[in-house]
Amino acid sequence: MSEVVLKQVKKRFGPIETIHGVDLNIRDGEFCVFVGPSGCGKSTLLRLIAGLEDISDGELSIGDEVVNDKAPKDRGVAMVFQSYALYPHMTVYENMAFGLDLAKRTKDEQRERVMAAARVLQLEELLDRKPKELSGGQRQRVAIGRAIVRKPKVFLFDEPLSNLDAGLRVQMRIELTKLHEKLKSTMIYVTHDQVEAMTMADKIVVLRAGSVEQVGTPLELYHHPQNQFVAGFIGSPKMNFVPAVVIEVSQQTVTVKLDSGKEVTLPVDGSGLDAGDRVTVGIRPEHCSLADQDTALLSGTVEVVEHLGEAGLVYVQAGGDELFVARVTGDTAIVTGSSIGIHARVEDCYLFDQNGQARRRLDVDNEPLRAQLATG
Amino acid sequence: MNRNVKSLMMKAGFYLLVAAIVIFAVFPFYYAILTAFETGSALFDVNYLPESFSFSNYLSVFEGQPFGRNIFNSIFVSVMVVALSLLMGVTASYALARVKFAGRGLLLVTILSVSMFPQVAVLSGMFELIRAVGLYNSMFGLAISYMMLTLPFTVWILTAFMRELPRELEEAAVMDGASPWTVITRVFLPVMWPAMVTTGLLAFIMAWNEFLFALTFTLTNEQRTVPVAIALISGASQFEMPWGNIMAASVIVTVPLIVLVLIFQRRIVSGLTAGAVKG
Ligand SMILES: Nc1ncnc2c1ncn2[C@@H]1O[C@H](COP(=O)(O)OP(=O)(O)O)[C@@H](O)[C@H]1O
Ligand SMILES: [Mg+2]
Repeated sequence: MSEVVLKQVKKRFGPIETIHGVDLNIRDGEFCVFVGPSGCGKSTLLRLIAGLEDISDGELSIGDEVVNDKAPKDRGVAMVFQSYALYPHMTVYENMAFGLDLAKRTKDEQRERVMAAARVLQLEELLDRKPKELSGGQRQRVAIGRAIVRKPKVFLFDEPLSNLDAGLRVQMRIELTKLHEKLKSTMIYVTHDQVEAMTMADKIVVLRAGSVEQVGTPLELYHHPQNQFVAGFIGSPKMNFVPAVVIEVSQQTVTVKLDSGKEVTLPVDGSGLDAGDRVTVGIRPEHCSLADQDTALLSGTVEVVEHLGEAGLVYVQAGGDELFVARVTGDTAIVTGSSIGIHARVEDCYLFDQNGQARRRLDVDNEPLRAQLATG
Repeated sequence: MNRNVKSLMMKAGFYLLVAAIVIFAVFPFYYAILTAFETGSALFDVNYLPESFSFSNYLSVFEGQPFGRNIFNSIFVSVMVVALSLLMGVTASYALARVKFAGRGLLLVTILSVSMFPQVAVLSGMFELIRAVGLYNSMFGLAISYMMLTLPFTVWILTAFMRELPRELEEAAVMDGASPWTVITRVFLPVMWPAMVTTGLLAFIMAWNEFLFALTFTLTNEQRTVPVAIALISGASQFEMPWGNIMAASVIVTVPLIVLVLIFQRRIVSGLTAGAVKG
């Protein structure tokens, strides 16, 4: 078994603490993605697991064994770096065999394992080349091959695709997912790109400033973000946040008044909220529709229209500090400067209290309530 | 004045300058070669083109003193200096560039400042040291004292170069199970070839040409290196300066350096620019 368990793991660089007590349970065979803005400590956390940095406090175990004091090579982990970090003077074959050679494996076993990895990654033609004679995607594959041949219990990836161009990135993303299905090993993958996180992960860990904000499956994070930070981070374009005031609280709904003056009743858990509390309503761009200005939740002047082809993004000045973004059909006729109204279904809205904590959305898994709201 | 004429004159001026610099740099050596092939009173006639051609100077250099032995000594000392400098330079620079410890910056500055002392200042102290460990009048004593001259720049150049190597390269090797020694020998050294050749060659030239320590720390003709041997070549009488022999000896000892530089020149050039651009 090769589950990875972190208990109150902390990391200090000198007096500065950068990882503040992380608890995490990554199951055997899981594809776990660490995601968060740049500088939030994703790489540091990964390097703690790899053994490239010492853990200042807490406990890390890999497969039932505490590995805090073990050298990287004895932890049964392999790492793929962002810059590939291939040995420039060695051929592809030598690059992949290097670790096995250091582990004193026989030449036959080295050959066998390297050839097997090369077959999986389609590197057979390239085994005699030096890294400088390879394209970016090929180098990335060699770096992955170097990890595979060691048959690690846990694979660690630190933003492995961020140096590739967009097309190749999508392709490698799919290949990595397929590889995970084939090897069934535990994989921990660091990225700042929420699309990569959403598409590849079994489990996403959202980090901010050295702390875990939320752990969950991609859809859990999308539908039930625990706070405003996660809500804003998952989803593209970003969720819109609209200030509001609580008017009335019932057990299964909260009625709020938006700054635009419009009142809406949202199907969220209202416990602990009182009339008069300031809150924030979250609306995803993809949940917006166009509406008459008098029935719409919000209205305003269009500042920018972006045509993506399959859809259009409309940036509206609706009174807030930031422009409100709505996703509309690709053939939209909206032009800059026009006034439009925007509507969203109440069950698609999110509600955050003053501290940015999300109110539990009741609707997503509550059919009767949805029916009740629909009838008025 | 017409623009064409002007640019032509600029060009002419440029090449004139180049010619002056080349003559200034090459002429002394050219004159030494000429003189080395001359004998008798021809030595003291000023001439700029070859007039006579005789090998007698070259032969007599080896007769007057154990010059073959001196050349061997020089090679022995220089090679040892290069080997020791590179071994210690590489390991020291790994620590200075890659391992975090208190006082690292101070140590680097100290190493550099050692090379600021004039050689004469440390001469007597070094002499006592060499004698105390029983290495007076020995090749090993010379080689060790030369470390003081070569290590500062060796360590500095190699440290600067090693800092440029990506950290992930080292970490990849650590993940593969490499010890620091394996990282140095199997990952860094092959990548650092240009820097090693450059510093090694500089150390070789330094050791090959060094005079003051070589004069002070050796006693007998058999232990002398080439620069001292040449300086001590004496004529038939004390009033005669054996220019021919001295010039022949100088030519003999300069040739190996030129050959070395020619062999390694491509490496040196890439060594001097490597690190400027990430390779
Ligand atoms: N070796 C180090 N020494 C001091 N601070 C560090 C070191 N490595 C990382 N940090 C700090 O830790 C924080 C997290 O860095 P990192 O894990 O690289 O972020 P991410 O990978 O999420 O972009 C940053 O503020 C960074 O300055
Ligand atoms: Mg990072």
